[in-house]
Amino acid sequence: MVMLVFGLVLYGVLQMMISTKIIGSFWELNIILICVNIILSASLNLINGYTGQFSLGHAGFMAVGAYVGVVATVKFGLPLIVALILGAIAAGFLGFLIGLPTLRLRGDYLAIATLGLGEIIRIVIMNIDYVGGAAGFKGIPHLTNFTWVFFVMLVTLFFIKNFVNSSHGRACIAIRENEIAAEAMGVNTTKYKVMAFTLGAAFAGVAGGLFAHQFYLISPTSFTFLSSFNYLIMVVMGGMGSITGSIAGAFVVTFISAALASFPEARMIIYALALILMMFYRPQGLFGYMELTNVGPIKKFLDKVSGAKEAVT
Amino acid sequence: MDFMHQLIQQLINGVSLGSIYALIALGYTMIYGIIKLINFAHGDVYMVGAYIGFAAVTFGGLSIFPALLLSMAITAILGMLVERIAYKPLRHAPRISLLITAIGVSFFLEYTSMYFVTPTPRTFPEVMPNISFNLGGFIINGQQLLILGITIVLMAILTYIVQKTKLGKAMRAASFDTETAQLMGVDSDKVISMTFCIGSALAAAAGVLVGVYYNTIDPLMGIMPGLKAFVAAVLGGIGILPGAVVGGIVLGVVEALVAGFISSTFRDAAAFAILILVLLIKPSGLFGKNTNEKV
Amino acid sequence: MFFSKKKFKLASMIACGILASALFTGCGGGDSAGGGDKKAAAGDEIVIGANFELTGNHAQYGANANNGLKLAIKEVNDAGGINGKKIKIVEADAKSEAAESVNAATKLISDDKVIALIGPAVTANVIAESQVATDNMIPIIAPAATNPDVTVENGQVKAFVFRSCFIDPQQSEVMAQFAAKDLNAKTAVLYLDSSSDYSKSLGKIFKEKFEADGGQVVMEEAFLAKDQDFKAALTKIQTANADVIFVPAYYEEVGKIVKQARELGITAAILGTDGWDDSKVIDIAGKDALNNTYFCTHYFEGDAEVQGFINAYKGEYNNDPNVFAALGYDAGKMLVNAIERGGDDSQKIRDNIETIKDLQVGTGKITMDSATHNPIKGIVVIETKDGMRELRAKIAPEG
Repeated sequence: MVMLVFGLVLYGVLQMMISTKIIGSFWELNIILICVNIILSASLNLINGYTGQFSLGHAGFMAVGAYVGVVATVKFGLPLIVALILGAIAAGFLGFLIGLPTLRLRGDYLAIATLGLGEIIRIVIMNIDYVGGAAGFKGIPHLTNFTWVFFVMLVTLFFIKNFVNSSHGRACIAIRENEIAAEAMGVNTTKYKVMAFTLGAAFAGVAGGLFAHQFYLISPTSFTFLSSFNYLIMVVMGGMGSITGSIAGAFVVTFISAALASFPEARMIIYALALILMMFYRPQGLFGYMELTNVGPIKKFLDKVSGAKEAVT
Repeated sequence: MDFMHQLIQQLINGVSLGSIYALIALGYTMIYGIIKLINFAHGDVYMVGAYIGFAAVTFGGLSIFPALLLSMAITAILGMLVERIAYKPLRHAPRISLLITAIGVSFFLEYTSMYFVTPTPRTFPEVMPNISFNLGGFIINGQQLLILGITIVLMAILTYIVQKTKLGKAMRAASFDTETAQLMGVDSDKVISMTFCIGSALAAAAGVLVGVYYNTIDPLMGIMPGLKAFVAAVLGGIGILPGAVVGGIVLGVVEALVAGFISSTFRDAAAFAILILVLLIKPSGLFGKNTNEKV
Repeated sequence: MFFSKKKFKLASMIACGILASALFTGCGGGDSAGGGDKKAAAGDEIVIGANFELTGNHAQYGANANNGLKLAIKEVNDAGGINGKKIKIVEADAKSEAAESVNAATKLISDDKVIALIGPAVTANVIAESQVATDNMIPIIAPAATNPDVTVENGQVKAFVFRSCFIDPQQSEVMAQFAAKDLNAKTAVLYLDSSSDYSKSLGKIFKEKFEADGGQVVMEEAFLAKDQDFKAALTKIQTANADVIFVPAYYEEVGKIVKQARELGITAAILGTDGWDDSKVIDIAGKDALNNTYFCTHYFEGDAEVQGFINAYKGEYNNDPNVFAALGYDAGKMLVNAIERGGDDSQKIRDNIETIKDLQVGTGKITMDSATHNPIKGIVVIETKDGMRELRAKIAPEG
């Protein structure tokens, strides 16, 4: 509840700064990108961080959501919300189909299999002329704005938070900690692995839909395995198994990239060094397994507020 | 040209393409075997090796074999430095942090190189006579035969080192259980260092040979071959030397056959699909042993 | 699960610090954004944006075009600038991705206040960028994007988007005719880069024109940019036994394709387009392999009128210019001309680019077609013989 209020306040402040042009259009665009990336990193965290399944195909699911979304709005004239839902369903369904057989694989074998699937998705899209093929899908209406991405991001975060704290989420964490022990305790590991994979893919699809309607044109080059690496970097940098971490990771990575835009030649070198140094000093990521709401003083404050509220009701 | 003729020519094409994947995959699989790290920077070490060879030939005026050896030596040191500086401090960190570091090193090598040598590709001068043999209508390229030969020789030498020498014994011990090996008197750090040395030198050899054969090098040339070599290593059972070579050649042949008989558009997609199918049937790769999970 | 409190505090402090700095930077960028809605060339500098692919798969093309542009601007600045004002180029990286191209263009427009944009090199990135530029009324000159859709959308010309190169249908038409008439070809194979719309659209138009001229396309094969080995598909192409092979692609792959095709014993003529235009093709493929190959491009290096540019480029960068560098240079020259003729804000620059007439640029004389925003310029067909380029045909500009 408190987080919701905080979210709304943040929205109000940012929205005001955008509409009064205190935040210029370059940073507005990057705030939108940060929100999209938060959805992606939080959803990948569900698979990689909470369930411990090493997936490197996130950009592929994002691509499915993006392309299904733009086909819905451009070719069928559907509203954005429907496009996002269709994109989520398509990506989620594909995640389910792919997850069922491949999640038998473990560790690095799963990683390379998902990476391969992501690339297969991209190559297939590249050869479908209906969606523009290699040239990309042109003439996408600019429907995404800050309000959209922010609220979709909030919904995603709330959903993932509640999922993780539910008994399903606990089962996923049990699988991450020790798959065999979890199975011995009666956790249906296949079911929960596929469930986490499907949900993660579906949210990646949503993010893809938002992304597509921001940039006028999408092309398969935006969804290579290097983009999947990028989302993985966000997750690990923030902390595997922490939603606050995913937010921080997406923020930091997007921010570094935008802040270095004025130094195009040195940008990637600095980024690479930042990545290596970050891993030296905090290999578990900014937040590790922790949530911001569990940090001493903040937790006390939150307990107090909710305690007071309970007393009132 | 009849079907059989075409099939055989495609097999030749596939084996020669595959021998390059195999050469890169050897180093990949060695490094994976010992510290269980998907070393995404391996493809970029290969690129650096190619550039050093290029510089030695063009500016140093060396002929190809001294240039090859020089490049292998310098790149071996580079590999060792990368391990010392970037990976060693993370020996006890979560494996995924190590992976992210490897991605970081990969970007660093790519873009530092790009900064200094510009993204424009360079062309190798002709340092080796390029002869094609025509055997009863089948075309075989001399340089590719050489690459295949070098791959097999290197695989044999490596297998000998790993199986018969003291260093190899230490490698196997460290790869089985680093800490226990340390307790038994194996200097694990040194062994890991040596592995990176050898693996990087192999990558450099591949880089120079590919540079000479295909005639161009550029700072991002390592990305796709790196990925393909990794696929080859996994296909053969990651950590297993003959597996890497067989995996590389299988991958090359699959690509050639798909491009030749089905559709060249879906060549890469087919390569990945085969990988996934193999893994589903045999989750630890063609040569991998199925290990029972310890409870 | 357990961290020491101290460590955690450190992490949260870092996070807060980053957040704060983000807000400040955001504000910083914004403050200046608040001031100037009217984009005028104020002060003693004229600021233009170079949005090129400087990293990623297309970096070599973007970087070359950027070099050409820098040379054109340097020449103007060395000669004293325009009315005493120097031109300043602000660079941004399109990262070889459409979305990043939008991002870079947005930065150049909103943070750096550029009055015009040059770039990127690759079609998809220009198309994505063109929407931002149109919304902000900033003119773009795209140096090398040859796809017709770059300047025209649904039959309507995009007011702020121009280019300094000819377009795909012209190239394919010239080469299809050349194949059918000059080489008397009856059958052709298309070998296309399926990751490039440049290659795909050229292939499609070539097929239409070639079949209209009575020829037949008997096989279509594909490769991916950055491939090294082409022998599998080439072995298949060999079985088609066609008169010509059309490979509209960029020079790095072209060099390897020609080399490997000849190794396999393919002797048919190999045809290409302006992506071939780099002397590296000869280094990669070798002199002998390139015999019986033809491509069309923007200029012939032996022409008297292009010597000035070629020598200036060699003097600056110590290597031969390729087609991207030449077109980047031309784009710079066009922009300079538009500014010189009284273009002190974005709108006037746009109007002036539209009326460019008989302007001498690096690759010849060009005139802007105001109906399509494509320059009207000639095409040359070049044959490579024993490593030397020879002019085979020169098709004068239409209209």
